[in-house]
Amino acid sequence: MKEFNTDKIGAFVYESCCEIAFQYPDDVRKSIVEAASKEKNPMGRSILNLLVENEKIAQNKGIPMCQDTGMAVIFLRIGNELQLVGSPLNDVINAAVEAAYKDKNLRKSIVADPLFDRINTLTNTPAIIYTEFTQGDKIEIEVMAKGFGSENCSAVRMLKPSNGVEGVRRFIVETVTKAAPNACLPMVVGIGIGGTMDYSAYLAKKACLRSIGEWSSDTRYADFEKELLRMINSMDFGPMGLGGDTSALHVAIEHFPTHIAALPVSINIICHMVRHKKGILV
Amino acid sequence: MKQFKLPLSDDDRKILRAGETVLLSGTITTARDAAHSRLNDMLKSNQLLPIDLATSTIYYAGPSPTPKNSVIGSVGPTTAGRMDDYMPVFLKMGLKVTIGKGKRSPEVKAAMKEHEAVYFTAVGGAGAYYAGCVKKVTLIAFEDLQSEAIRELEVVDFPVIVAIDTLGTDLYER
Repeated sequence: MKEFNTDKIGAFVYESCCEIAFQYPDDVRKSIVEAASKEKNPMGRSILNLLVENEKIAQNKGIPMCQDTGMAVIFLRIGNELQLVGSPLNDVINAAVEAAYKDKNLRKSIVADPLFDRINTLTNTPAIIYTEFTQGDKIEIEVMAKGFGSENCSAVRMLKPSNGVEGVRRFIVETVTKAAPNACLPMVVGIGIGGTMDYSAYLAKKACLRSIGEWSSDTRYADFEKELLRMINSMDFGPMGLGGDTSALHVAIEHFPTHIAALPVSINIICHMVRHKKGILV
Repeated sequence: MKQFKLPLSDDDRKILRAGETVLLSGTITTARDAAHSRLNDMLKSNQLLPIDLATSTIYYAGPSPTPKNSVIGSVGPTTAGRMDDYMPVFLKMGLKVTIGKGKRSPEVKAAMKEHEAVYFTAVGGAGAYYAGCVKKVTLIAFEDLQSEAIRELEVVDFPVIVAIDTLGTDLYER
């Protein structure tokens, strides 16, 4: 077994949190700039141009692009030939998130109890941590800072198998229509189909990590993604839901086997503030 | 583009039309979920509020911490709909102007029309840009709420879009 010190994971989490609050990933920036040149609605166009300018100001002045610097969500795929050594994984990740949010003046948005006291933890922790195991001697990691204006517009529904593709389409239309005024469009729509109720939600969040323009490797799902993207962009939601044809930058579906009785569907929406960074640690 | 000094007068509000972009200068007051909850509790127990709702321009925002040598951190709007439950009471107390993003409920729209109130929307996720319009920040109340504390921001030419005007026209209902 190769030993792998969890400090390296902490270092990547820290570096990622420090970066993603201030700049769009390259594919997202390119997609917004392209959309701004094509958008026909004048208000929509001016909003997209403002977003491009906002990112430049954020970088020049060291002020986060958005005040909601999100809840940290960490995805790990750990090679089975590795033995993790050092501090416990969760502790290392939470310490890295806390340090990044403090050092970079990012907003601490996490409350300790969700229902009763709602007192801020002042550290932006705990992070949400997902762990999978895979073959090999590497760790694939993805760090996301998820904003909650759009998270609040996300939805889970247990459809009947007989609802089929049409049922899924209808649920997506309903969800994005409700989201459009509130979710800070243009959005990325991550969809999880299959598994259990909770696993479909996990798949939806994982789908949000796909690069803009990267379609499913299954052609049936890829065709469905393209159809949904076209459809959403033809519904005149537009930037900030104020009209236009730039409503979604991408639609991505992740699917998984499910039970004979079920068709679980989750839709996770990300605002234009798509903040994630991927790394492979060796 | 029309420019206005805050607080808006009755006449100012009445000439605004849904869909137009205007520039606001003067004092805006940040308050979001937790501050609204506390203000509402204070009203219920007949306590004096730390702000005068009738002359306040409420901005639904919770800025990120202020970096060294800056006036304020990122300060874009948050979703207004979460504050809808508090709006009918706040409107009765004289509140006339709110700034946020997203749709308002039919109940809020009806109450706004009755009180000739306006609702502006700002662009979500453009908080670094809006920080540049803020010249001074004063903490007013609820410091323990951190980003959710009530703060007065002195702004110059803060751009907003009229989302709901005094006639009840709603930009989100196209």
